[in-house]
Amino acid sequence: MKEEFATALEKSLVSCHSCHLVSKATAIHGKGEMICPRCGSVLHQRKPRSLSRTWALVIAAFIFYIPANVLPITKVTSLGHAQSDTIISGVIYFIQTGMWPIALIIFTASIFVPLAKLLILSFLLISVDRKWQWRPRDRTRLYRITEAIGRWSMTDVYVVTILVALVRLGALANVEAEPGAIFFAAVVVTTMFAAMSFDPRLIWDAMETDHE
Amino acid sequence: MKAPLTIACHECDLLYELPPLPERSVAKCCRCGAVLQRHKRDSLDRTLAWTIAGLILFVVANAFPFLDLKKGDLVRQTTLITGVMELYQQGMRSVAVLVFLTSILFPAVQLAGLLYLLLPLKVKLLPWWKPASVFRFIQRIHPWAMMEVFMVGILVSMVKLGKLAKVVPGIAIYSFAILIFVLAAAASSMDPHLIWDRLEIDR
Ligand SMILES: [Zn+2]
Repeated sequence: MKEEFATALEKSLVSCHSCHLVSKATAIHGKGEMICPRCGSVLHQRKPRSLSRTWALVIAAFIFYIPANVLPITKVTSLGHAQSDTIISGVIYFIQTGMWPIALIIFTASIFVPLAKLLILSFLLISVDRKWQWRPRDRTRLYRITEAIGRWSMTDVYVVTILVALVRLGALANVEAEPGAIFFAAVVVTTMFAAMSFDPRLIWDAMETDHE
Repeated sequence: MKAPLTIACHECDLLYELPPLPERSVAKCCRCGAVLQRHKRDSLDRTLAWTIAGLILFVVANAFPFLDLKKGDLVRQTTLITGVMELYQQGMRSVAVLVFLTSILFPAVQLAGLLYLLLPLKVKLLPWWKPASVFRFIQRIHPWAMMEVFMVGILVSMVKLGKLAKVVPGIAIYSFAILIFVLAAAASSMDPHLIWDRLEIDR
């Protein structure tokens, strides 16, 4: 393992996204695509149009983020009295009733994680676009965290589903889902796709070009 | 002795020739720190065992109600699928579909797909129908199977409903809780490199 390290790109090799087989980047298929000889996936040396695709998804998620937080996600009707709840009012309710661990879970999963993800992805996109040399290892780590935590934002979508299913007690109490839930679900899905479409190898490509 | 494995770091693209890993060791990229490969003991057997356990628990988790809500004489029970249907009827179709895919269909497909691949491999056969496509598909949907997140959703709902009515956990919730650990065990014992190797033999 003493030899000089090189990237697959420099050696004209390509690593398969799904089975990780490294093959020669010349195996051109009929349609001008490279196909993995082992699993049959289409091969790309870098995720195709990673930057523009990720930007589009990040911007869409930022837009969805506003109605997701402003609009109510549930409406509780209890003995003729109706009350709509947004994500934030739900968090405040839990704080007021002293259930701060739950308040913390909801706040983190529904408000903090999506926003943090979007800010981190924007930062990474700008850093790659400008070919920054700053701490590539830490930026890669940021990306790794972003990719891993996104799924936890689904918590509130599931809570709404369960409440809607359970609280059907006729005149006593009823819970209905409100449009905010749709936008919130859209935020979760678009941020997950955004994280998947970003290619962390671009962070390192910028480092390479500067050394030469 | 196995030949070294050529691998490119999926996070920074650096090339490596990995020798077979010693027991319980992890190979990490020296440049970016990403995990390149993890040694897994008896990967095939263990993953198969966890998958079978997971399938049984999955059926139980879906067949029985996981929460009962009681208020006076009124009792309301819910299974996984009733929430989805309720959302759908309220016009929240996109959300209903998302919940259905992430909490029911994808976990089911993942477990069934693994069984389909691992059972023949265990007896040194190749699955008869497009094994590579099946494995590729279950790896692709993996990030979208979110049972453990659903479990957190159940816990939050229980607390939230506590003030409103009496919440009684059903049978399904216990199999659900165990299922989360079984799925985690299956995922951590699975060695995708090994499965790809075995699938390749007959090609
Ligand atoms: Zn690396």
